[in-house]
Amino acid sequence: MSDHNEIDSVSGVETTGHSWDGIKELNNPLPRWWLWTFYACIAFAAVYSIVYPAWPGFTSASKGIWNWSSRVDIRHELDAAEQAKAEQFAEIKSHDINAILADEKLRGFAVAAGSSIFKVHCATCHGSGAQGSAGFPNLNDNAWLWGGKPDQILHTITHGIRDTSDPDTHSSQMPNFGKDAILKPDEISAVANFVRQISKQDADPKLAAVGAGVFKDNCSACHGDTGDGKIEFGAPKLNDAIWAYSGDLAAIERQINNPRHGMMPAWGKKLGEISVKDVAVYVHSLGGGE
Amino acid sequence: MKNMNVAISISVATFTALLGAAIGRDEAFRAHMWVAFAVLGIATIFAFRNVKFAANGYSFPVEDQSKYLDGVVRYGVIAAMFWGIAGFLVGVVIASELAWPLLNLEPYFNFGRLRPVHTSAVIFAFGGNALMATSFYVVQRTCRARLWGGNLAWFVFWGYQFFIVMAATGYLLGITQGREYAEPEWYVDIWLTIVWVAYLAVFLGTLVKRKEPHIYVANWFYLSFIVTVAMLHLVNNMAVPVSFLGSKSYSAFSGVQDALVQWWYGHNAVGFFLTAGFLGMMYYFVPKQAGRPIYSYRLSIIHFWALIFLYIWAGPHHLHYTALPDWAQTLGMVFSVMLWMPSWGGMINGLMTLSGAWDKLRTDPILRMFVLSLAFYGMSTFEGPLMSIKSVNALSHYTDWTIGHVHSGAMGWVGMVSFGAIYHLVPKLWNRERLYSLRLVNWHFWLATLGIVVYISAMWVSGIMQGLMWREYNDQGFLVYSFAETVAAMHPYYVMRMFGGLMYLSGALVMVFNIYKTIRGELRSEVPMGEESIPFDSATLQPAR
Repeated sequence: MSDHNEIDSVSGVETTGHSWDGIKELNNPLPRWWLWTFYACIAFAAVYSIVYPAWPGFTSASKGIWNWSSRVDIRHELDAAEQAKAEQFAEIKSHDINAILADEKLRGFAVAAGSSIFKVHCATCHGSGAQGSAGFPNLNDNAWLWGGKPDQILHTITHGIRDTSDPDTHSSQMPNFGKDAILKPDEISAVANFVRQISKQDADPKLAAVGAGVFKDNCSACHGDTGDGKIEFGAPKLNDAIWAYSGDLAAIERQINNPRHGMMPAWGKKLGEISVKDVAVYVHSLGGGE
Repeated sequence: MKNMNVAISISVATFTALLGAAIGRDEAFRAHMWVAFAVLGIATIFAFRNVKFAANGYSFPVEDQSKYLDGVVRYGVIAAMFWGIAGFLVGVVIASELAWPLLNLEPYFNFGRLRPVHTSAVIFAFGGNALMATSFYVVQRTCRARLWGGNLAWFVFWGYQFFIVMAATGYLLGITQGREYAEPEWYVDIWLTIVWVAYLAVFLGTLVKRKEPHIYVANWFYLSFIVTVAMLHLVNNMAVPVSFLGSKSYSAFSGVQDALVQWWYGHNAVGFFLTAGFLGMMYYFVPKQAGRPIYSYRLSIIHFWALIFLYIWAGPHHLHYTALPDWAQTLGMVFSVMLWMPSWGGMINGLMTLSGAWDKLRTDPILRMFVLSLAFYGMSTFEGPLMSIKSVNALSHYTDWTIGHVHSGAMGWVGMVSFGAIYHLVPKLWNRERLYSLRLVNWHFWLATLGIVVYISAMWVSGIMQGLMWREYNDQGFLVYSFAETVAAMHPYYVMRMFGGLMYLSGALVMVFNIYKTIRGELRSEVPMGEESIPFDSATLQPAR
């Protein structure tokens, strides 16, 4: 950069004397603020890398002056959170679910905990508001397949439904009346019409009359003589407007022919005794608990 | 006889693809080879039609080797626009799929398969073609030398298009390595390696035979981009195929090492493809368009070396609070913080180059694009180090904030600088007096700007909201929101984002129309930028003095 390089007339700054396809370069110095900010960032990096683990060796890395570790850090946070609630958790553990429901303070705590657990583990099927969807029951109403008393809800959550890994699970299921040729197709059609009739939907009265007999012989053992359902078999009430899948004639026929069986995991061994109690209290408190 | 070798090579490749379609070990591979067969088959027809036979004693005229090889640049500009529109369109489609999940058409057009089509189309197809075309243009002019290697540059161009087609169709068929921005499987990776080495050879060869004593700064950046991308591609794609006739391979790395290699690649794809490469573009086109010298030669040297030295270590910031050891996370963070000023060096040099030419912004919408591009570059290279700081990252990671950050860089910086370069290049490449319409460029500028602003503000709001909802605890210390509730809360922002993208796409379509008219040689009669009315034609009517 000799001193006879061209001077840019607009800025009065010397160029470097090079030109590429007409592009020249000014010989401006580095902006001071840029340089000092760059130095400051480097200084920050140096200090940070001394304070926190940073410099790798062959077998381990520098630990930093505070011996900080993200794993230890998160362990402390989790322990602190656990500790803050230890007393309540102990009380939940030692109390029967009915006793928890009776104690307003304990109940409030269990509902808060259960609601949070529900959002993580249960909302996937039952919905964020426990409103359910096709095949997954609404938990806000007072229709219960396996019973709506606190102990019954707790049992269902703990051991699940048709979860073969748990010996105490709810395991009864509806036979394949059509597929296994227990009923003939016209009998299935007749009994489906009967189910439509008792649930106060449009039905063929003649077929329904035939269906009443079929129902008495084949269905009433589980669903009850009047279609009220029986919780010991998880057999739904059929004379109301609530349907696990659908109340359409075709859907009812399909369900009799080759039933779908809902399944729920046994949460007891996954979440532990305290958490399932919390969830049971939460579900009971949604409005339909008996 | 001329061009026969090319035609024969492509027919052999076509036959090989047919063999692959016949004896491939899995269905996806066979389907993919059918795609290759179809594409190469069409190429074969064109190649044979291009074969010329000479009568005895006649020799074909030799192309003038003293001129620049600009045909490949023209093709590159058109390819960049074509893939740009394709990529932006797929972007709008997948944004709509997120807002309205019903639009996920199984199996080929669901979000999971279309998303890499979008990212690869905009980064590698649009960005890649823009980089290749401009690097070929710039290196010839700033070296005063024709591209090295004869027709090798044409091989690079067509080979790269074939890579893009194979990558994109592979994603739709469900063929993927599952590595972000490196999804193509082993056989497509090998093809890209061949093409990329040829690209490096053309570029280096041209630098070597330059007639200028010094290498211009734009070429340093282009070269660092080409070399580093080659290295990243080779290391991150080390894998063992299950079968040499199959579409599946397994990575040479496993566990957290695999994740670290992937993000060393992923972050430097941003650093060297989307930053260094486009800085090369900026260093040529901004001073050209502004008609001003580069602000500071010293700054260009310091920020170049600082940028390429620091960038390569910043990848671990993508793995904060994971199984990655703490010391590696620290390094990823501090290198990202140190990267702030070296990144800004490019912005300062670009913006300060305009000193003495700021008035041109009133009348030159192309220059506006460059300025906006530099502004977004500055913003996203500040946001990046900020988001790499662990306590900020604890909130921002895995949220839409990241998506917004990437798009302010991609749509704002990469997109706008490429559009500006295309507008600058087309009249020169096709030997036209000027663009068809500067007013349409202005329309493009505003549509794109508003689109970006809508997009990134929607993502900031939705991302920060999402992060806050995930970590929201009630006074008893329990989580407040379910995941599905956070998704539902983002719906309005997803819709806004889709509209932002749509505006950006519309702007690009305006550009395609404008460029089409320009190439056809049409000139729109319009009021010049900054004027009130169409001026008198001074050739026929002289104003009184």
